[in-house]
Amino acid sequence: MSHSTVPRSSTEAETPEKTPTASGDATGFREKPPAGKLSLRHRFRRDRVLVLMTLPAVLLVLVFNYLPILGNVVAFQDYDPYISDNGIVSILNSPFVGLENFQRIFEDSAFWNAVENTLVLFFVQLLLFFPIPILLALLINSVVRPRVRAVAQAVLYLPHFFSWVLVIAVFQQMFGGAGMLSQLLRQNGYDGIDIMTNPDTFPFLLTAQSVWKDAGWGIIVFLAALASVSPDLYEAAAMDGAGRRRRMWHVTLPALRPVIALLLVLRVGDALTVGFEQILLQRDAVGPGAGEVLDTFVWWNGVRNQDFGYAAAAGLIKGVVSIGLVLAANKVAHLMGEQGVYKK
Amino acid sequence: MTVVIGKPADEPRPWAAPPRPAWEEEPSRAGLAGKAIALTLACLAILIPLWIVVVTSLSSRKTIDEVGGLVLVPKGITFIAYRELLSGGQVTRAAIISILVTLVGTLFSMAVSVLCAYGLSRSGSLGHRWILMTLLATMFFSAGLIPTYLLVQSLGLTDSYLALILPSAISVFNILVLRGFFMEISQELIDSARIDGAGDLRILWQIVMPLSRAVLAVITLFYAVGYWSAWFNASLYLNDQDMMPLQNVMIQLVQKQEAPVGLGQDIKTGQLSGLAVQMAVMVMALLPVAVLSPFVQKHFKKGMLTGAVKG
Repeated sequence: MSHSTVPRSSTEAETPEKTPTASGDATGFREKPPAGKLSLRHRFRRDRVLVLMTLPAVLLVLVFNYLPILGNVVAFQDYDPYISDNGIVSILNSPFVGLENFQRIFEDSAFWNAVENTLVLFFVQLLLFFPIPILLALLINSVVRPRVRAVAQAVLYLPHFFSWVLVIAVFQQMFGGAGMLSQLLRQNGYDGIDIMTNPDTFPFLLTAQSVWKDAGWGIIVFLAALASVSPDLYEAAAMDGAGRRRRMWHVTLPALRPVIALLLVLRVGDALTVGFEQILLQRDAVGPGAGEVLDTFVWWNGVRNQDFGYAAAAGLIKGVVSIGLVLAANKVAHLMGEQGVYKK
Repeated sequence: MTVVIGKPADEPRPWAAPPRPAWEEEPSRAGLAGKAIALTLACLAILIPLWIVVVTSLSSRKTIDEVGGLVLVPKGITFIAYRELLSGGQVTRAAIISILVTLVGTLFSMAVSVLCAYGLSRSGSLGHRWILMTLLATMFFSAGLIPTYLLVQSLGLTDSYLALILPSAISVFNILVLRGFFMEISQELIDSARIDGAGDLRILWQIVMPLSRAVLAVITLFYAVGYWSAWFNASLYLNDQDMMPLQNVMIQLVQKQEAPVGLGQDIKTGQLSGLAVQMAVMVMALLPVAVLSPFVQKHFKKGMLTGAVKG
């Protein structure tokens, strides 16, 4: 290492070890890189270990996040998975068909059904899920006894760490045809009901599962925002005669506004992704009429029916629209004076 | 509230309420009761289903038949369902597979993420801005299910446990959280280690990581829970039923109501209840998570809030 111990910060700039320039001035400052003073070769020698450290992660991202982008060419092909076991060989040997797959998709009523289900689910979840963590956070925040608070938080956070398989299994044991609810109804002389296979209530079932699993976890960001409010503000408001409710309206809620805006932006940008694993696990129970969303449409046509070109085309439409939504949601956030996901 | 005279002021009394500031109104009785009821209901909504699952898994076939299914009040405890499931066979194998994939995967993910986070945490280092951008961009797009599937297949990962680890090995979000913490560590400390002759790897191992135990614990838990809960990649890339992890076996047993391989006869005729078996598998899936997460709980906030991404 000794040959490359070039200091990276000001405190070390004076060390008598090898410094790249004799002047002993700001050379090697990391915080304020002296433009042009340190040659690329020296910076490479100084930082190559750091760059090497990032290499495994960068490789994984390049292979599994960037490389597959190229695979979207199958959306423009009549892809034949039986040409070879190797997908790349199959891609190279499959004929291009232009926009035929997209044409077929736009004429496919199953696709439009999936679009409709996706949007319905997005709005139901937005209306019924989104406010709950905020209310829960306000509730927890008003609990002043530290131990009560810690216990409540431990319980509320717990389901977030359960797998979707487990959450759905729990719901099935409670609300399925042989579940707790049906059991209680039957014991009291009523007919049992099976909520798990009812297509009409499926959006609400999904939302209830999401609330059970993740509403507790969702309070963390709001609790942090609430904790950052200075008690002086509350005191000043109280001095000016503001009661509990007005302090909530004029101090607490403004503190939550940026967080709410950010989460809304993220949610809208991600509108077309409505819980892939959760829905795929229950798609067969309620049938595709109610249980098919865009992601499961892609899965069904590609993985199940081996119609890869068609499925990839549907996935590509979703991906492109999603990027548009992310950018648009950010634009709106900026216009409203909030920061959004990235800065202007 | 009574004031106990003579009690040292700094003695921790975690169940008691801290003193109320002078400007705050006394809470109304109805308000307090409402809050208590709401909080209790929220907690019970989570705990009661879990209680039923655990109690039913510990009940004998006789008890389960008597109450007509799920057991709310335990009548005697038996471990027969667990004994049968863990005495070799499908579920035992699936549990071992899940544990191994989780251990190896978490170790791999943590190693890659910690190295990357440290490599990006010294501001002004060569190329860190480009590398950061490369990672950040992946949070805004997804290549799609089909291209990813074809790629994993082309890499020859089908029917290999690597397919359960590599494609989802790192989360850029987790790397950003780690990086945020590494950046907080004082530059003077790192500089003095460097003067003493420590290289970057040694600084990371002996100085940065010991100072970041809390956030390391949180991120380790996040990764471990991710591997433990995963089932989709296994359903996509594994064809051999004997290779399936616990979650996939749970789908078969609970959702599709199949009997575990080899235990079907016992459930039909013997002491074993099919329902208790289902519940026992569910308990096996939730137990590690339920035991571990409360230990890390007080650090969750650190793991959730990255703050702004600094250059």
